[in-house]
Amino acid sequence: MIITKQKDFFKILEYLKGRNNIYLFGCDSCAEQCETGGDKEVKAMAYLLKNEGKKITGFSIPAETCYSMLVKKYFREDKDMIENADAFLVLACGAGVKAVADAVGDGKPVFPALDSLYLANVTRYGHFFEGCSLCGDCVLGETGGICPHTQCPKGLLNGPCGGMVNGKCEVNMENDCAWIVIYRRLKAQGRLGILKRIAPPKDYSNSVKPRTVVVESRMKNK
Amino acid sequence: MQTLKQSLASKKFTITAEICPPKGTDVSDFIKKARLLKNKIAAANVTDNQRAVMRLSSLACSVLLLKEGIDPVFQMTCRDRNRIAMQSDIMGAWTLGVKNILALSGDHVSFGDHRDAKAVFDIDSVQLVQVISKLNNGTNMKDTPLKGGTDFFIGAVVAPEAEPGEPELIKFEKKIEAGTRFFQTQAIYNMNQFHKFYEYAKKFDVQILAGILLLKSAKMAHFLNNNVPGVTVPKHLIDEIEKAPDQLAKGVEIAARQVKELKTFCDGAHIMAIGQEESVPAIIEMAG
Ligand code: SF4
Ligand code: SF4
Repeated sequence: MIITKQKDFFKILEYLKGRNNIYLFGCDSCAEQCETGGDKEVKAMAYLLKNEGKKITGFSIPAETCYSMLVKKYFREDKDMIENADAFLVLACGAGVKAVADAVGDGKPVFPALDSLYLANVTRYGHFFEGCSLCGDCVLGETGGICPHTQCPKGLLNGPCGGMVNGKCEVNMENDCAWIVIYRRLKAQGRLGILKRIAPPKDYSNSVKPRTVVVESRMKNK
Repeated sequence: MQTLKQSLASKKFTITAEICPPKGTDVSDFIKKARLLKNKIAAANVTDNQRAVMRLSSLACSVLLLKEGIDPVFQMTCRDRNRIAMQSDIMGAWTLGVKNILALSGDHVSFGDHRDAKAVFDIDSVQLVQVISKLNNGTNMKDTPLKGGTDFFIGAVVAPEAEPGEPELIKFEKKIEAGTRFFQTQAIYNMNQFHKFYEYAKKFDVQILAGILLLKSAKMAHFLNNNVPGVTVPKHLIDEIEKAPDQLAKGVEIAARQVKELKTFCDGAHIMAIGQEESVPAIIEMAG
C-alpha cells in the first residue's frame, strides 16, 4: 500500500488562489485506508474549501485513482467536468495526481492535496511500516526477508555501522538496527555464512527512471 | 618524515590523533593545532564532515598537513558522495601526496547541520575498502585498468565494545578480507574486554590503534552520550571527572592512564580530542 499524508492546508489554498471552481478527486484504495483520500476526507476537504469561498463543482472517488484508464472513464462520462472547473485537487498518491493530470490535459491545472511517502506493510490495523523501497535489485534472499535498503537508514549491505547501540539504530533509538535483526534471523536459520560473504555494491541500473513494464500476455488486441 | 606505515612496521607503539577541519576557509587554528602535534604523533586523522556537520574538506586539510610535514590519514565517509565521486577523490588524494586513507560509513545526515540533505550511501565501508584495494591494484571498481593507480595504506574502523558483538566482528573480518591493513577503533573504556578483542584481532595480519576519547568535562561526556552515534561513556568515568576540581586535567589524566595501559600490549593508540587537540601532547607525555 502507498502511504500518503495531507499537505498543509495553507499550501493547498496557495495552489488554489484565484481559482474558485474546484473539482475534487479521492481514491478508494490506499488513500482511503490511510484516511487521506476516502469519502470522508474528500467531503471534509470540500467543506473546508467551501468555507474559504470556493465552489466545489463535483467530486469523484475512483476505486483506484492510479489506474489511468479508469480515471479517463470519469472524464468521458462527464463531458463538462473540465469545462466547469478552474482547477482539480487530488487526494491520492502522486500516481493518482498524474492520472488525473493526464486525463485533464494541458488546459487546466491539477494539484496534489497529499504528499506521497512510501510503500508500506500493514503491520497492525492502522499501522503502516516501510518495508521495501522498490530498489530494483532485491537482496531479501540474503537478508532473511528484512530489507537493509529500507530498514537501515543508510542502506548498508555488509552489517551494522558503528552507531548501533545495544541492537538499536543510531538514527532512531526506538528502532531496532536492521542488521541486528538480520543477524539474529540468519543465525536462527543456521545461515550466518551468508553474512560472512562480502555483499557487492548495489546495482542501480535497474532503477533508472521512469521505469515502464509491459506485460504482453495482459495486452488486449495483441 | 616517518610515515604511519613505517611507524607501525617498526613495532614501536604508534600514536595518531584526530584533527577536525575548520567550518570555513580560515585554516589558521587548524595549522596551529597541527604544529602543536607535529613530531609527537605518527599521523593525524582528518575527519570528513564529522557528525554530518559541513566543514572544510578532509582532502584539502590532509594536503595542508602534508605541507606541515605531518603524515595525514584522509578520512572518507560513504555519506556524501557516490561511487564515481569517491574513486575520483581517492585518486585525487593520491596524486596530491596523501598515503593513508580511512574508510568509514559516516554518521547519518539527521545528526548534522544539513538535515534536509540527501544521504548518499551509494556503497558501504566494506565496499569502499574493496574499491580502494582495486585502485591500489591499478584498476577502478569496474576492473578497468587505470593509467596509474594508487598505493594507499588502508585503514578502517571497528567497534570492539559493540553489543551484540558478533555481527561487528563478522564485519571486521570482511573489512580485512577487503584489504584493510590497520584499524582505528571506536572509543574504548573496558580494557579487559579490549584486551580480549586485541588477542582475537592479532590472528589477522592487521595493526590495531585503540581509540581514546578525551573527556573535557562531565558535561561533555553527557553530550557525547546523547548526541554522538556509538559513544557510550560509562558512568564511573563521568563520576570521576565530575568530582575533580579541574575536570579537563582529570580527563587528560584518564586518557593518559588508558594510553599507558595500552602500551603494555597494543600496537598503538588513536586519540580523539574533539576540539581540544592542544591537550594531546600532555596526554602523550603523561603516558610516558
Ligand atoms: S532489496 Fe529492499 S528495496 Fe530492494 S526490492 Fe528488495 S525489499 Fe525492496
Ligand atoms: S544502526 Fe543499524 S540500522 Fe541504523 S544506520 Fe547503523 S547499520 Fe543501519
